[in-house]
Amino acid sequence: MPDFPILSVIVLGPSVVGMLMMLIPGDRKKLIYKIALATAFVTFLLSLVVYALFEGAPAGEAGYKFVEQYSWLPQLGISYHVGVDGISAPLVLLTGIVIFTGVIISQRIDDRPREFFAFLFILATGVFGVFVALDMFVLFFFYEIAVFPMYLLIAIWGWKQTREYAAMKLTLYLVIGSVVSLVGALAMYFQSGLGTFDMIRLEGANFPVEFQIMWFPWVFIGFAILGGIFPFHNWSPDGHVAAPTAVSMFHAGVLMKLGAFAALRVGIMLMPEGARHHMSWMIFLTLVNVVYGAYIAMVQTDFKYVIGFSSVSHMGLVVMGFATLNHDGMVGAGVQMVSHGVMTALFFAVVGMVYDQAHTREISKLGGISKIMPIPTIAFIIGGLVSMGMPGFSGFIAEFPIFMGVWGDKNWAIQENYQWIAIVAAISIVITAAYIIRIIRSVFFGDVPEELEGHLHDVTISEKVALGTLSLVLVVIGIFPSVMVPMVETGVQRVLELLGGI
Amino acid sequence: MAEYLLIMPEIILAVLAALIVIVDLRVKKKDSDVIAWLTFIGIALAFAATLVYIHPMGGKQIWGGMLRSDDLSKIFRLVFLFGAGATVLFAKGYEVIGRRGEFYILLVLSTLGMNLMGASADLIMLFVAIETASLPLYIMAGFMTDNERSIEAGFKYLLFGAMTSTLMLYGFSLLYGFAGTTDIYQLAQGIAAGNVPAVALVGSIVLVLIGFGFKISMVPFHFWAPDVYEGAPTPVTGFLSTASKAAGFAVVTRVLFTAFPQAADVWMNYVAVLSAVTMTLGNLVALRQTNIKRMLAYSSIAHAGYILMGIAAGSQLGITGVVYYVAVYLLTNLAAFGIVVVYYNQVGSDEIKDYAGMSRRSPGLAFAMLLLFLSLGGIPPLGGFIGKVLVFAAAVKAGLVWLAVIGVLNAVVGLYYYLIVLKVVYLHRQEGDEAPLAISRAHSWVLAVCTLGVFLTGTVLLPVFRMSTDVALSLF
Repeated sequence: MPDFPILSVIVLGPSVVGMLMMLIPGDRKKLIYKIALATAFVTFLLSLVVYALFEGAPAGEAGYKFVEQYSWLPQLGISYHVGVDGISAPLVLLTGIVIFTGVIISQRIDDRPREFFAFLFILATGVFGVFVALDMFVLFFFYEIAVFPMYLLIAIWGWKQTREYAAMKLTLYLVIGSVVSLVGALAMYFQSGLGTFDMIRLEGANFPVEFQIMWFPWVFIGFAILGGIFPFHNWSPDGHVAAPTAVSMFHAGVLMKLGAFAALRVGIMLMPEGARHHMSWMIFLTLVNVVYGAYIAMVQTDFKYVIGFSSVSHMGLVVMGFATLNHDGMVGAGVQMVSHGVMTALFFAVVGMVYDQAHTREISKLGGISKIMPIPTIAFIIGGLVSMGMPGFSGFIAEFPIFMGVWGDKNWAIQENYQWIAIVAAISIVITAAYIIRIIRSVFFGDVPEELEGHLHDVTISEKVALGTLSLVLVVIGIFPSVMVPMVETGVQRVLELLGGI
Repeated sequence: MAEYLLIMPEIILAVLAALIVIVDLRVKKKDSDVIAWLTFIGIALAFAATLVYIHPMGGKQIWGGMLRSDDLSKIFRLVFLFGAGATVLFAKGYEVIGRRGEFYILLVLSTLGMNLMGASADLIMLFVAIETASLPLYIMAGFMTDNERSIEAGFKYLLFGAMTSTLMLYGFSLLYGFAGTTDIYQLAQGIAAGNVPAVALVGSIVLVLIGFGFKISMVPFHFWAPDVYEGAPTPVTGFLSTASKAAGFAVVTRVLFTAFPQAADVWMNYVAVLSAVTMTLGNLVALRQTNIKRMLAYSSIAHAGYILMGIAAGSQLGITGVVYYVAVYLLTNLAAFGIVVVYYNQVGSDEIKDYAGMSRRSPGLAFAMLLLFLSLGGIPPLGGFIGKVLVFAAAVKAGLVWLAVIGVLNAVVGLYYYLIVLKVVYLHRQEGDEAPLAISRAHSWVLAVCTLGVFLTGTVLLPVFRMSTDVALSLF
C-alpha cells in the first residue's frame, strides 16, 4: 500500500480521536476507555506495520521512507514533510508500544478520563510528529505540542503532594529549551539563504564553520534539556515521580528520546562541524549524567525516584553515544533509545501497580510483593537485567556499542585519548546493579509488612498483557539484535556521511 | 461615484448610528435585544461591503488625498468590524450596557473612527479619525455610572488620552512646519527637501510615537491600561484590547514606514528597545495579578511588545508578522474576554481564584479557554504560535538576535501565568462547582467561531499569511 499516508494517520489519528472524544458525555467512562484502548491499539499496529515494512519500502530522498510531502506555507518554504529513517522508525514503534501499554495501565483513571485520554493522545501526536518530521518547522510545531499536555496531565492527575510544582517546573524547563533551539533554528534558516525549512535541503547548506560553532550549542543544548542533560536534568525526576503512571511511562519512555532525537536531527545532522567542535567538552556533561545519575538513584528511598534518576543516568548514555560521533557509539545510542524507552515504561508500570495497592513508595515500607504479584515481579526483574546491561537483554545490545564507541576510533576535533571516559562510565553499570538489586530484594522479596497485609492483590489480566508486551520487546531485541541493529545502522550511516565519512 | 463605494463600510456605519437613535426611541419594551441585533446586522453589512466593494490593486489616494484605499486599510477594516460585531454579541446580555441604545451608537461611531484611522493618508484626517475612535471609548469605559471603578476607568482613560493626543498633535504641527505638507505620503519628500535638523525630526517622531504608543499601550505610556481594563465593562475591555489596539498598530505601521523612511535606523532602534521593555514589563507585572481582567491587561501590554518586534525588524516579513499576530490576537483576546463576560454574568467575580472548578461546570467553555490561553502563550497548533514565530523570525532576520532572545524568554514567562489560570480552571475545586454554567446561544457561537479561528490560523496558515503579506506589500 504505497499510497496510504500511514505516517500521517499515525501522527494525526490519535489527536483526531482525542478531539472527537470531547464530544462524548463525560460520565460514559466505560465507552471512553474502550475507544481510547482501540485507538491506541490501532496506532500500535500501524507503527508495527511501519517497522515491519521499513526494509522493503522504497527509499525516497536521502534514504527516508514512507515520505509524504504537502505544501503548507510555500512563501516561507514550509511544507508538511514527513518520513522515517533507520533511527526514527524504531522510535515510532517505541511510541506505539508505550501508548498502547500506557492506555491499558490507565484503566483505573476515574477523574475525568475523557480529558485524560484526549490530552494523552494530543501528546502522542506531538511525539510521533517530531519523530517523523523532515521539516524543521514541522518538528518545532510538534515538539511544542508534545510539551504542553504534560503540564495538565501531571498537574491534574498527578501525585497530589508535588504535582503542581513538578508540572510547572517541567513545562518551563522544556519550553525554555525549545524556544532557545527555535532561535538557533531561525538563525540557520536565514543563514542558509535557501528559503526553506526542509531539513534534507538544509543538510546541504554547508553552513560556515564559525556559524556552526556559534549556534550548535543553542540548538543542541536546547533540545538536550528534554533529553535530561546535566545540569538541566532536575526537572526530570520530579516530573516522573509526580506524573500518573501512564504519563510517567510516556514521559521517561518516549518524551526524553524526543529531546535526544531532535538534538541529533537538528543539531548534529545540520551542523556537523559544530558538533565536532563542541562534543569534545559536551561528552563530559554526559559522563556526569551517567555516573552522578546512578549515584543519586542509589541513595533514594522512594521507589519511583530511583527509577526517575536511573532515567537520567541511562539517557546520559544515549547522548554520550551521540557525542562519540562514530558508528559504534551512535548505533548503540539509537538502540539504547528504544531499549531504555521500553525498559523504563516497564519499570514505571510496575511502580504504578505497586503504589496503587500499597499506597506507599517508601522502599523500607514495602516487601514481599513477589508473593502476591508474581508477573510484575518477573517483569521488573527483566527490566532490571536490561538496566544492568546483561547479555541476552536489549540493554547489552545498546550499551556495549556505546562503550566501544567511546573507547574506539575518534571523530572529534580534539584527538586526545578519551578512553578513561569509557572506564568511568562503566562504573555506572555496577552502581545500577546495586540499586536494582536493592529494590528487587527489599520490595519484591522478603516478608510482606504487617500494614500491607490484606491490602494487596494480584494485577488484572490486561495489566499482565501490558507487562508481557514490554518484557517481550526487551528480550527479543536482546536475543535477536538483528531485528533492530541493521535498521539503526542504515540511519547512522546517513549521519556519518554528513559528518564527513569514516 | 466610485469613490463613494470605497468608503461604503463607513457610510453604512454612519447610517447605522443614526438608525439606532431612531429605533431606540421607538422601542417600548426596554428589555428587548432588538437594538443589539440591529447593530450586529449593520456591522455585518459593513463587513460584507468591505469584502464586496474594496478591491485595492496597489494603493491609491481618494477623497482629495485624505484617505488611502489599499490592502492595509481593507484588512484592518475587517479586523475592526469583526471586533465590533463580536463585542455587540458579548455586550447583549451584560448588565447596564446591554439594553442601552447609546452604548451601541458609541460602539458604532468608535468603529467608524477606527476604519478611518486605518485609511488615513493625511495628518489632519488622521487626527480627526483618532479622536472619533477615542472619544466614544472614553464614555464606554465609564458607562456604568453607578460603579465607581467604571467611572474611574473612563476618567483616567480620558485624561491620559487627552494628554497624549495633545502631544501627538504638537508633533503633527511640527512635521507640518518642517515639511510644508500634511499629506503623509509627501512628508518624506518634504522632510528631505526641507533640510530638517536631525534633532527636530527625531523630536517630532518621538512626539508622534507617544500618541500612538498610548493607543497600543506601549511602555511607558501603558499606565492607563490595567485600571481601565479592570474598571470598564468587560465587553468594552475586550473591544479596547483588540480593535482599538489593532487601530493603533495600523497607524503606527503606515506612518512610520511611509513618512519616516530616512530616519528608519533611528526609530527602529527606539522601537526595538521599547518592544523589549514593553514585553518584559508587561509579563513580569502580569505574573503577580489575581484579577483576570488585570492579568489580561498586562498580558496585552506584553503582546504589544511582541508585535512591536515585527515593526522594529522593519522588513516585509516583519509587517507580515505584525498583521498575522494582530489578526490572531484579535480572535484570541475577544474570545478570552468573552469567557470572562460569561463567567462574570454567572458567578459575579473576576478573581482568578473564583475560576476554580470551571472545567467541571462547563467542560466545553474550559476547553475553549485552554485553547485560547495556550494560543496567547504561543503553543501550537494555535495561531499564537505562528504569530510569534513570524515576529521572532523577522527579528532574527534583521540581526536583532538579542531582541528575539528576550522575546522567547518572555514567551516562557507568559506561558507561566497562563498555565496558572488553566490550573485553577482544571485542577482546583470550590463549593458548588457541580452546577453547570448557562451560556446564551449568541455567546457560544461567537466563542466557537473565535476559538475555531485560533485553531485554523495555527494549522491552515496560507489564507491569513497571504492577507498579511498583501498588507506588507502595500507599504513597501
